[in-house]
Amino acid sequence: MQRFRLLLIAPAALILAVLFAVPLAIVCIYSLLTRGVYGGAGTPWTLANYTRLADSLYAQILFHSLWMAALATLLCLLMGFPLALFISRAGPRKNLYLYLVILPFWTSFLVRTYAWMFLLRETGLVNTLLAALHLVREPLPLLYNDAAVILGLVYGYLPFMVLPLYATLERLDPHLLEAAADLGARPWTALVKVIFPLSAPGIRAGAILVFIPCLGAYLTPDLLGGGKSVMVGNLIQNQFTTARDWPFGAALSLVLMALVMLVLIGLLNRREDVL
Amino acid sequence: MKRPSPLTLYALATYAFLHLPLAILTLFSFNRSRFTIWTGWSLTWYRTAFRDTQLAEATANSLAIAIAATVAATALGTLCAYGLWKRRSPLIASGLYLSLVTPEIVMGIALLAFFQFVLRFLDIRPGMHTVILTHIMFSIAYVVIVVSARLRTFDPALEEAALDLGATPWTAFRTVTLPLLLPAVAAGALLAFALSFDDYVITSLVAGVDSETLPMVIYAIARRGANPVVNAISSLVICALGLMILVAERLRRA
Repeated sequence: MQRFRLLLIAPAALILAVLFAVPLAIVCIYSLLTRGVYGGAGTPWTLANYTRLADSLYAQILFHSLWMAALATLLCLLMGFPLALFISRAGPRKNLYLYLVILPFWTSFLVRTYAWMFLLRETGLVNTLLAALHLVREPLPLLYNDAAVILGLVYGYLPFMVLPLYATLERLDPHLLEAAADLGARPWTALVKVIFPLSAPGIRAGAILVFIPCLGAYLTPDLLGGGKSVMVGNLIQNQFTTARDWPFGAALSLVLMALVMLVLIGLLNRREDVL
Repeated sequence: MKRPSPLTLYALATYAFLHLPLAILTLFSFNRSRFTIWTGWSLTWYRTAFRDTQLAEATANSLAIAIAATVAATALGTLCAYGLWKRRSPLIASGLYLSLVTPEIVMGIALLAFFQFVLRFLDIRPGMHTVILTHIMFSIAYVVIVVSARLRTFDPALEEAALDLGATPWTAFRTVTLPLLLPAVAAGALLAFALSFDDYVITSLVAGVDSETLPMVIYAIARRGANPVVNAISSLVICALGLMILVAERLRRA
């Protein structure tokens, strides 16, 4: 039976080992090497790639990424919480409303990002409408800035916030709210003092699911930020392509991984193991 | 009529935010003009899209990759979840989790470095096979999680009965456990397919010249600025994936 079990796990474990663990190990090695003259990498071993991160430009991009991810997460929470509350109280039409949240998640992320390019560019629908209504004379620069990136991130990851929030709000005992009302709490007080604290696990799960992909986002800042709003993902990609500084790109990747891990450890509740 | 509550209005606005951009994108794919001014219905952009051989090739590549990766990831992921069912393995579980939370760009550059390293010793050039292997790798964790969730509600006594009656472990799995797991397996497969069909970031870093995928073509055109042909392709992708989910939902309820 033990051998049978090993046989079941082995193929998946092998793929993860060869195509995930080994590549990450290679990145670790690269991060300690010195960049070669023609873009390659070689000895001597060095920690210079990590100390370079203290450079104000790179530190700034790292902080900027953390800030963008935090802001996107907060906005997702603000938009997602009322929606999740609405769905959890929708009665028989719950499934339909839930389905409407999940549907965009199944649509291509690239297409969803492109939709905002289509709406926000200089000759896009928003600017065309504003011009037609004589509200603006020159097209507004809506695309290629931080706000456009935040918009894209919130749009892309909102379903990830709504689903775990819905799952906790769904399980909330309605008697608790009745009790709060009987004891004289107004709906707003009940929301802040009863619903909010009880939905903490959902908020935590949603925050993890939104913050982590936002922190490592590449496609959204690339298409909607267009070089004007650079996040760490773009910096990494740039080191591996245009700049051809693989050792520094590798060090950045590992720092990003470390940040992701810190967030996970900070927010994850050990009692709620999924696997 | 009752006045809708603020919560309902808020929810309505959020739904509009979620769905309007894609609805508008689809609407304008039927616009006659190449500009964002409505001049009348037309199928010009669809005709252009269908005549484009590069697009056709990329779509064929994407489908082939997604199907191959889905079949393999679903099979391996299901077996793995089953293997982890009665006895957990912290090592495998943390590996799977780590693969889930690793940013796509990090996974992409790691694989880029890996395949270049392998190329030094073996003659494996980037191409369809490297993309398929990569997609299998990043989909497995999703399948394992979906199937594991179902296994936790599964009564082990059913399988033990089969074993007591003389079935081999494999027969018991095939004839008792697997059929009951099928809805979760299908859900995992669907997820793997959607992930594979949509991936741009990792794929673009491991693809070769002969393995350009649909997202890579869409990205290349989008990068040059919005284009009505992309609207047409995007609408088709939205409809295809939407239909897939609808069918899956029906199957799940049947």
